[in-house]
Amino acid sequence: MGEVWKIDRREFFRVTGTAGGGLMLAVYLPDRPWNPSPDAPLQPNVFVRIDENGGVTVWVGKADMGQGVRTSLPMIVADELDADWSRVSVVQADADPHKYGPQITVGSSSVRGGAWTPLRKAGASAREMLVAAAAARWKVPAASCRTERGYVYRTGSKQRLGYGALADAAHELTVPSDPRLKSPADFRLIGTSPPQVDVHDKVCGRTKYGIDVRVPGMRFATVVHPPEFGGSVKTVDATRARQVAGVRDVVQIPTGVAVVADNTWAAFEGAKALDVQWNPGFRMSSAGISSHFRDVARAAPVVGRSDGDADAALAKAAKRIEATYEAPYLAHATMEPMNCTAHVRADGAEVWAPTQNPQGTQGTTARITGFRSDKVTVHVMHLGCGWGRRSRTDFVEDAVHLSKKLGQPVQVTWTREEDMRHDQYRPAALVSFAGGVDAAGRLVALKALVVSQPISANGKGRAGDVDRNAVDGIMTTRYAIPNFRVAYGLPDVGVPTGHWRSVGPSQNIFVFESFIDELAHAAGRDPVDFRHDLVADQPRQRRVLEVVAKNSGWGKPLAGGHAHGIAMHEDKGTVVAQVAEVSLEHGKPRVHHVWCAVDAGQVIHPGIVHQQMAGAVAAGLTAALYQEITLDDGRVVQGNFDTYKMMRIDEMPLVDVDIVMSDAPPGGVGEPGVPPIAPAVTNALFALTGTRVRSLPLRPDILRSTQQA
Amino acid sequence: MASFTLRVNGVSHDVDVDPRTPLLWVIRDVVGLTGTKYGCGISQCGACTVHMNGQSVHSCQVPVSVAANAHITTIEGLSPDVTHPLQKAWIAEEVPQCGYCQSGMLMTAAALLQAHPHPTDADIDDVMSRNICRCGTYDRIRRAIHRAAKEA
Ligand code: FES
Ligand code: FES
Repeated sequence: MGEVWKIDRREFFRVTGTAGGGLMLAVYLPDRPWNPSPDAPLQPNVFVRIDENGGVTVWVGKADMGQGVRTSLPMIVADELDADWSRVSVVQADADPHKYGPQITVGSSSVRGGAWTPLRKAGASAREMLVAAAAARWKVPAASCRTERGYVYRTGSKQRLGYGALADAAHELTVPSDPRLKSPADFRLIGTSPPQVDVHDKVCGRTKYGIDVRVPGMRFATVVHPPEFGGSVKTVDATRARQVAGVRDVVQIPTGVAVVADNTWAAFEGAKALDVQWNPGFRMSSAGISSHFRDVARAAPVVGRSDGDADAALAKAAKRIEATYEAPYLAHATMEPMNCTAHVRADGAEVWAPTQNPQGTQGTTARITGFRSDKVTVHVMHLGCGWGRRSRTDFVEDAVHLSKKLGQPVQVTWTREEDMRHDQYRPAALVSFAGGVDAAGRLVALKALVVSQPISANGKGRAGDVDRNAVDGIMTTRYAIPNFRVAYGLPDVGVPTGHWRSVGPSQNIFVFESFIDELAHAAGRDPVDFRHDLVADQPRQRRVLEVVAKNSGWGKPLAGGHAHGIAMHEDKGTVVAQVAEVSLEHGKPRVHHVWCAVDAGQVIHPGIVHQQMAGAVAAGLTAALYQEITLDDGRVVQGNFDTYKMMRIDEMPLVDVDIVMSDAPPGGVGEPGVPPIAPAVTNALFALTGTRVRSLPLRPDILRSTQQA
Repeated sequence: MASFTLRVNGVSHDVDVDPRTPLLWVIRDVVGLTGTKYGCGISQCGACTVHMNGQSVHSCQVPVSVAANAHITTIEGLSPDVTHPLQKAWIAEEVPQCGYCQSGMLMTAAALLQAHPHPTDADIDDVMSRNICRCGTYDRIRRAIHRAAKEA
């Protein structure tokens, strides 16, 4: 079986729950989930149907959290198919590993993770089958047929046949094993920005997110979790909670204490009135964690990469500098707080979840209920932001445990405070550098030592490993550094950690691109020129650097009190460079304008790339300006947007996005724009004030002190 | 518990809840209109914005007892057929990403246009900074408001 095959009506009904007919194809996308099961069978994860009326439906098993996958994946099929885009509809698939393959949507993997070619083949195969059916009907060779917008035309005549009229006949034919793919010059949809699906629903409140699920007989609930990570319930006094109007029940479940009510607010009020004694869990405070990181940095680290001889080259360098940087824990703070709705029945379970991980949700539900996974249906709801948070299933556990105990459908919604205090955090990091430049101002040696937790539910890792995420962005740099060593120190800290939009590079590119800037200044070089040397043999990098420098007017004089800073990054097959124009207003950094040059390889939907880059700038800038999660005796201090601030429209810079074309395969666009903005801004602040920002979030007071100095 | 009559999008609903229950949760969980969203519950994010007698309010802060008998408009009632100039502009500018904040954004923007039919960037900053968009759609929100003002 290749990547594309035909399925019959029965099979089609089984997987999509829809009566079939017409031309029905299944596609296998070899996407790589974070925890692939090694012996997973080849499961289709996309279905394409051309019905008798010429409608094209694409079933995708992907959570759309705003990165437009529901638009871009079908566009790939539709282009090769020469479909009429206005006749293409998209259906979000429910989770079932017996029907669909891995469906996790993280790591900007959706288009990039192997979807490109199979989807093109699916469209091209269907097109060839429709052409063959038309050719047979006209009794002409296939070569004298061409296709356009949902029709097969007979060349040299006025005859045409709609795909709908051909679909049944096409389904009788063999799927071509090697369909001819278009050359990129012939793409008609790919590279354009047709309206995204769902926009209409999103502007009238009709889109159903997880929190909007309403099931007959459903109760509303919330769960209070142990305030210290790894803690547990000792005793519960629910007397006062039960007196709250609208509260129906208080139930202890393995993950915490649930309050069940007639509406969500009554549940929240009940939760406030609970008197729970907790068994302790992880107890450290932020200051203690930070000094522990310093101790780990002094202990013997594990070397992850060693090119040349960094020590020897440093000793001989014309100029040497050292610096230590810190980045904080961050919460995801998705706009829609964690929630899940579950109905555990005697014979099976149904779960409605805003999840990036449908199969994990199914597995978790099966484990808790004891049902076989084919007795568990997962409805993938729209996500009010994903950012990686929804690839874990802790919030699913709450709802499933509770529904199992109650024997009725229940929706568990976390308060914003619970959401912020029981996240899987972007790991904090301590990174020390030593670097040297030669007399000509070229980077000759660099040593980096990263101390940061791996990503895991309990925050722990394996001694002796170099954690891939913790060093990502530094160890994986494309910069040509002749003598380069990267080492890693594993802390022992019980803060749960998770994938946070762009993962390791979200902290590492801040520290790395800042230190590269320090080295450029130490060498007396222009930061763009200095980077040009480092990417001399990387054509994609060179291009984005040139484009962003040109667009931003790099090196030209700016308005008084304004300065530019630059940073760049490559990840998920996409190269991004950003220049930020910054000033100080009343001692506070103000980012006026950001120029972003991005080479994302073959671009499916430029509109989505623009959206993602602007959103990435907002995400990275928000974190840089405002955000940190701190711990006091193991308890997360921040709880809501008053203490974990979000950037708002009045601080949003102008973002100019320039898509640099290349013939690389499609790269991810959800994440790679996030990491460079923080160092672009802090590098600009250095140019402006002479103060080097070496920890985030930005503390304006350190800038003020130098201004006055 | 107490009984109240709520007038939401021109339809009356009799509800029986604790008088302190915020309008947000009555609209979502009792009346059953889920377009209005919960984001923070403390008047920080604006996801819950609705109009009460034509004024935009954070419905997470308005007890149902105060909202009773007032004219409430939610996103579902902004226009009968998605033709409010802001909705059309939102579609034309492809504003939404995940979309979760957008009900609140639209309701805040609608109140803004009522007060300032041709808002300046400063007016937009002033009023729209009551709302948070985690996806960072701010630049398009600004463009869409200007477009709606022009085309209204
Ligand atoms: S939920 Fe009301 S302002 Fe955030
Ligand atoms: S569009 Fe996602 S929060 Fe605004």
